[in-house]
Amino acid sequence: MFSFNQNCWFIRKVVRWRGVASIMWSVLLLPPIISLLIFLIRFSVFHPTNWISGYLGLLTEVSTLFSVFLLCAAVIFLAFFNLQYYTVVPSIPCSRVALLAEVLHLRQCIHSLVHCAVGMLIMWCVCVMSGGRYRTLQSPCARSESDGVDVCLNEYHMFMLLAGAFMGYSYSLMGVVQNVHYVSFQIIQQYKYMRFKGSAWGLLKCSAVQSLYFVRNYVILYFLLGHVPRTWISNILNLRVDSSVHSLDSFGGLCDVSLVYQLWISGTFLLLTWNLNVLLFRIYVTEPYRFLVQSSFAEDAEECLPKVLTEKNSLVLKFLALQDLALLSQNSPSRRQEVFSLSQPGGHPHNWNAISKECVSMLNELTQRLIAHHDTVASNGRAKPPSERSDSGSGSSSSSADGGGVFGTVMSGAEEVLQTPHRNDLIRTPGSVFGSAVRTVNSPMTAPFTPDLPVSFSSPALRPLFSPHVGQRPWLGSVQSPHVTRRNPKLWSTSPDSRTNGSSPPSPGPAPQPAGEPKPSFLSQWIQNRKEQVKGFFAKRVLVVYLFNKLPEASSQALFADSQAHIWALEGLSHLVSVSFSEDKYGVVQTTLPSILCCMLSLQEAVDRHFKLPHASSKPPKTWSSVGDSTYKTLRFALRASLKTSIYRITSTFREHLHAVSVPAEHQKRLQQFLEYKE
Amino acid sequence: MCSLALFPSPPLSGQVTLFEANNELVCGSSAECSEKQQWTAPSLYFSRETLKPHSRPESSSKAAFLDHRDTLWMRSAGAWRDAGLAGLLDEITNSSEEVPKWLTLSSGCVLALLRWMSSFHCSLFPHLTLSGEDMVAEFSQVLSWSDSPIRSFAWHPHTDRFAVALLDDSIKIYNSRSAITPTLKHRLQRSVSAMQWKPLCASTLAVACHTCLLIWHVDPNSLSTRPSSGCAQVLSHPGHSPVTSIAWSPSGSLLVSASPVDTAMMVWNVAAEICVPLQRVGGGGVTNLSWSPDGSRLLAATPSALFRVWETTMWTCERWPCLKGRCQEDPRLLLVADLSVTSFTEPEGEIIIGGEVQSLAWDPTGERLAVLLKGNTESVNHSAIIAVFKTRSSPIFELLPCGFVKGEARAEPRLMHFQPHFQHGALLTVCWSNGRISHVPFYFVAVGKPCTTGSPPLPHFTSKTEDYSEVDAVSGVVAQDAGTLRLQSGSCSPGFQYRPLNEVSSDGPHEDH
Repeated sequence: MFSFNQNCWFIRKVVRWRGVASIMWSVLLLPPIISLLIFLIRFSVFHPTNWISGYLGLLTEVSTLFSVFLLCAAVIFLAFFNLQYYTVVPSIPCSRVALLAEVLHLRQCIHSLVHCAVGMLIMWCVCVMSGGRYRTLQSPCARSESDGVDVCLNEYHMFMLLAGAFMGYSYSLMGVVQNVHYVSFQIIQQYKYMRFKGSAWGLLKCSAVQSLYFVRNYVILYFLLGHVPRTWISNILNLRVDSSVHSLDSFGGLCDVSLVYQLWISGTFLLLTWNLNVLLFRIYVTEPYRFLVQSSFAEDAEECLPKVLTEKNSLVLKFLALQDLALLSQNSPSRRQEVFSLSQPGGHPHNWNAISKECVSMLNELTQRLIAHHDTVASNGRAKPPSERSDSGSGSSSSSADGGGVFGTVMSGAEEVLQTPHRNDLIRTPGSVFGSAVRTVNSPMTAPFTPDLPVSFSSPALRPLFSPHVGQRPWLGSVQSPHVTRRNPKLWSTSPDSRTNGSSPPSPGPAPQPAGEPKPSFLSQWIQNRKEQVKGFFAKRVLVVYLFNKLPEASSQALFADSQAHIWALEGLSHLVSVSFSEDKYGVVQTTLPSILCCMLSLQEAVDRHFKLPHASSKPPKTWSSVGDSTYKTLRFALRASLKTSIYRITSTFREHLHAVSVPAEHQKRLQQFLEYKE
Repeated sequence: MCSLALFPSPPLSGQVTLFEANNELVCGSSAECSEKQQWTAPSLYFSRETLKPHSRPESSSKAAFLDHRDTLWMRSAGAWRDAGLAGLLDEITNSSEEVPKWLTLSSGCVLALLRWMSSFHCSLFPHLTLSGEDMVAEFSQVLSWSDSPIRSFAWHPHTDRFAVALLDDSIKIYNSRSAITPTLKHRLQRSVSAMQWKPLCASTLAVACHTCLLIWHVDPNSLSTRPSSGCAQVLSHPGHSPVTSIAWSPSGSLLVSASPVDTAMMVWNVAAEICVPLQRVGGGGVTNLSWSPDGSRLLAATPSALFRVWETTMWTCERWPCLKGRCQEDPRLLLVADLSVTSFTEPEGEIIIGGEVQSLAWDPTGERLAVLLKGNTESVNHSAIIAVFKTRSSPIFELLPCGFVKGEARAEPRLMHFQPHFQHGALLTVCWSNGRISHVPFYFVAVGKPCTTGSPPLPHFTSKTEDYSEVDAVSGVVAQDAGTLRLQSGSCSPGFQYRPLNEVSSDGPHEDH
């Protein structure tokens, strides 16, 4: 809702309506689901006629209609609330402490709180609809001791309400861990209805299983701590606890099968409505959008593909544009013609130039990111002289006063995280303005939490689906220095200064030290020693190590978190280049072929290097039923495969003509390998 | 109308078809083989005796070793793991002295109900009653798969490299450049029914196995003769086995797999190990898949009299009901060749040729069509043989006889493939029943260019659907014009038909020739 206010034309014209349509559908699907819920929740084996008649009676009751209305309102509210949490680039915490920080983030707290409240509301509606012993919070006491009719606390009702809150919180928590709000794109295009039909059964199954786990956890929790909320509520509302009936936090009270069954069914309903909403939103938003390639009207110019591809404010627009590029390059000859066409007065291939430039710069940016990552990992593997370390330590010493600084230091002992500020600069090389700006934002608190990438602690807040992204994205400034593009392989392990010749890194990290550096003073030596000791002390503590140790392959996943965009760029470019062999009448593509080839080959080299790192090529365990989309975990493999296929697509089309293309010698060699099918 | 009677008579016994030159097939004894290629594909020989099939029957001898005095719990758990719900119920029903009576009774009732339902299901789709191995044999491209020493064969789409799957569940890879022949073995690589190299890739081979899909990454520069099983990626999906057919999309990005048991076919993004099931219930399974060379259509055959043509931009499908279909696709035309029983007698030595078609293969230039005709196992004179046609698709579709391909004495052809990139015409690779793999070059100058200039053209694979009860019905149709090899579409009208894809409605205009 909030993010709809953005003035990007695409959000206004397309995404908004897609979001509204998905919400409409989830509301429309609600009544049948509710009637199914009532049907199941009133289930009784021994009185089938009572069951059916009670079911039919309930459907027509006023309270039911009121609850349905309330449920619809709750679903609509939650759907609009969740809109700002959807993202096309998942956030991948690199260590447990980063995950913890993500959970404790204010944004996430609000999310949890809202889900708690809505969960409670939904459960209240379910209680009202299911009637019977769940209907109200108060109930007349079974055995009134005084003369007047006493009002007691109905523990069943409270049990259900608390279950709703618990499930809401668990759902929100699972959302962070499983990246439920990550919107992934399908590998094939299908109509919305077919997609929904294909995944509806899985959704139901998954909700039921998830609800089972939540019920188990909740029952255990209630058994241990159930008396706390009970006394609290009865005190606040001045209700008495009926001592004549079993209290539910006893063993006997929880052995009630029908209670657990009803809890499970209503939990399934709760999760189903929410998951359905997420699914419908995903289906609607990822539907391909057909952009104009070129327009004859000036006012439409910014809605055309070449312009849209360079979009930096709205990631979803960028992703959809790249998807459209990949699709048009594969199966629409007429639109390809428009890409290859020349501008009417002047005869410049503006469309092709803009598209290819954007794709190439994105790929180059990825290459650079990989190189930077590899260099940091490589330099961390080696033992460093203490002087350099002291220097790097001073980088974070500004923050060492508070606890975060200590953690940061510990972390660097265990892993390479101390390098973070420096690395962040590297990654955002061209916009070094942002490098410093980001560090001032990050350093006091988040620097220790920040894993080795910008895709980390503070990222989910910065990368929602609709909001403008705050200069964080690495592809922001992607103008490449030719030096980096045509790197020699030996540059991999050289000192950092040759790496970042485009920008002047303001980082105090392990920057190249001038030869005439004055010797570190005694004081700094002493501080250094203390620090080593503290570090050593903490490194031995199991909990600290557990929290700060990096999750295997997480950094690799995080590096490739947005690689879906790169995959489309590769597919689009390679298909366009290969069809240009026959379709490009003016030879527009020929002029850019060398740069495209160079870009792809150097990316290939960087990817090869990356996959030689430990954990980079290990596969995550398979999970079959989960609402969260785990496709981001394997994006790097998809990128590697599609990169190779793209190069082969070009080489198998041009074959021996490629010898005439001027590429640097080392690329020439690699190209030859591809031509001979030896890669 | 082209009929087998117009064919030149098959070579004499003892003669082997060597190559085609000047529009006729040249025969000779195998020694005088003079081929004029730059790389002579090795003519291989795998003797049946050297290959030991795995003696691992479906219901293994595990029961003999299990201690039957396990507790009921253990046995139930084991039964659940081995045979699912039915096994569990069976176990409970059979151990009546340990469980209460009502449980035995109720599980017996449920079991009976389940069996009744499954028998009803199987009566709808009779192929479901087959066991795993039999099903693979039934739906594999290979003629009599179960006793064939060569189980599958795949040419690499771009280079001189091929893979051969053998009876002992190993795969050997032969390469023109090196003498190293890597042998691929994997724990899960059992009863290989199909293989295909990934297009636009040097090293990836997809293998359809009994329980899963294996994706081998064989580094072409590696010197190892026995790549570790770590080079293989295992793709599996519950309920999707045995896999009998796989097809890579020509752009190399997707892999589609099919199983006769599963009504859904799986579209895989292999690298990311993501699969999207495409479910259509009718037909009771998918037996065979084939992409059109331009990647815009995908054909999926089912065990019943139905096949589907998927359009691959939005993945919608059209149902094509037919008596039974074998399908061959071209970017422009979709040619449905229905099996037609054709039997006639060759004058020379009473050789019977004709009958059911096992498979079709079309060479990439579209000028030669090889048809593997099933023989009759009972009759001595009626053995399987390959008939080769010359084809032309423009201006009108034409079939001309070319000849029969014959191998050594008492060797039946089992499987055939055209090499996807032969320079001087077409190269047909035939796997024989005695374990020999031979290559028959057809030297000719292709009139048309290979279909697209984009990705190199791929071989057209054939698709096959099976018949259970309809043989009589078809032979009745066929008897009226015996002596004709008829390739026909879904309807029974005689003659050749092809229809442009935009007129695929079931009663759209047909063109008969």
